[in-house]
Amino acid sequence: MPELPVIPAGTVLWEETVAPGAYWTRVVRRGDTVRIVDVDGAGAASLLAFNADEPSERYNAPDTVKIQNTILLTTGRVLFSDLGRVLCSITGDTAGRHDTLGGFGNAATTLERYGPGRYLELRNAYHRNARDNFVAALGRHGLGRRDLVPSCNLFAGVAVEPDGTLRWIDGVQAPGAAVDLRAEMNVLLALSATPHVLDPRPTYAPGSVRVTVWRGPAPAADDPCRTGTEEAVRAFENTAALFSSPEPVVHA
Amino acid sequence: MTVTEAARDVARARLDETVGPGEPWTHVLAPGEVLRIVDIEGNQAVDTLLYNAEDHEDRYSAADTIRAQGNIFLTTGSQLLSSEGNVLATIAGDTCGRHDTSGGACSAESNTCRFGHHTRPMHNCRDNFLHGLAPLGMGKRDLVPNINFFMNVPVTPDGHLDIVDGISRPGAFVELRAEMPTLVVISNCPQLNNPCNGWNPTPIRLLVWPPD
Repeated sequence: MPELPVIPAGTVLWEETVAPGAYWTRVVRRGDTVRIVDVDGAGAASLLAFNADEPSERYNAPDTVKIQNTILLTTGRVLFSDLGRVLCSITGDTAGRHDTLGGFGNAATTLERYGPGRYLELRNAYHRNARDNFVAALGRHGLGRRDLVPSCNLFAGVAVEPDGTLRWIDGVQAPGAAVDLRAEMNVLLALSATPHVLDPRPTYAPGSVRVTVWRGPAPAADDPCRTGTEEAVRAFENTAALFSSPEPVVHA
Repeated sequence: MTVTEAARDVARARLDETVGPGEPWTHVLAPGEVLRIVDIEGNQAVDTLLYNAEDHEDRYSAADTIRAQGNIFLTTGSQLLSSEGNVLATIAGDTCGRHDTSGGACSAESNTCRFGHHTRPMHNCRDNFLHGLAPLGMGKRDLVPNINFFMNVPVTPDGHLDIVDGISRPGAFVELRAEMPTLVVISNCPQLNNPCNGWNPTPIRLLVWPPD
């Protein structure tokens, strides 16, 4: 498995480990990068992203796949908001693919696959699910059920057969798999370290997720995420306008 | 693809109206009522959102719908699930064969990325949805990935996704049977920049029957 570059000394702003089954939420400032590591190879890391300055703008899975003409999210791709702007760029990725079709699990899907896992018996090893984690995480920011949209599910592979059938891809998960997301605006992130809803493994086994926010280098002029396609170029023009770029884009 | 057609008496419909291209439409279905959407001239994308009429925060979930049925296409028998796991409606009839719920709705903003900044002023489904929801006190936070009836969005084994010429035809229809009180908001898509409407947005006919 390829490895991401070592984070340069002195650039780390925040680092913590998200416990298996738990959630994490934080605002990452424009220009900073968050490295997310699947420590145990559990493939259990569902992500929602919002414009931290105006959270009604949020991750949009259909626009992300439609504008980039692919369901394969990996290095060089970006996560689109629902306002034609870029929330995050995928600047590094050792997993090769991440899913954004399958959505996230809830109490009913978790019970159906894993059986009962109540707090009563299991205490804090109880079977947490992404939906409830997101409600709890977003609640910290005054957000709630209206703000739940299909997530970006890191370290998970889902393919589509010609007849439309969804197929889980084994083998995407690996201990230490990592992805770098560069914030292209101030982004509010919410991450749930819970199993992917299509993961067929019968045992409830989420893993730890290491999250490191660091100040990466400024994007180069030929940054692949920013220049890869005409569509991305225009999305970054839209994003720059949000921050009153010193070189404003003027459209005829 | 499953193509089914239920015979229903148009004279018994409690509602029968035509919605022009680029127009929104909002309506509440009672449990058991059937909404037929007719693609009058063919290849017209009909962007549709559904909500629990008694709890608008409980709304259509494209991801839960395709996950539960294990397939990204909607057709006869598809249960349209809500974010809270309720069955809002079932596709009770379909003479088109399959419908999209991966591609989402067009917006002024996504149009600028896809087709160029010059397309920003063009009419779009986002605006229609906002107009359709505004009288109910609902807004942008209530917009989630929708259904595109009669729209064709295949995904190849290597992950390529594209909006291509439709597989619908003049007179094709789809029928939704409400399984609970369901708010339906439609944008009869005005997109002119790709083949989703056959480059020519056209009217649709909407009929509602009382429960069988």
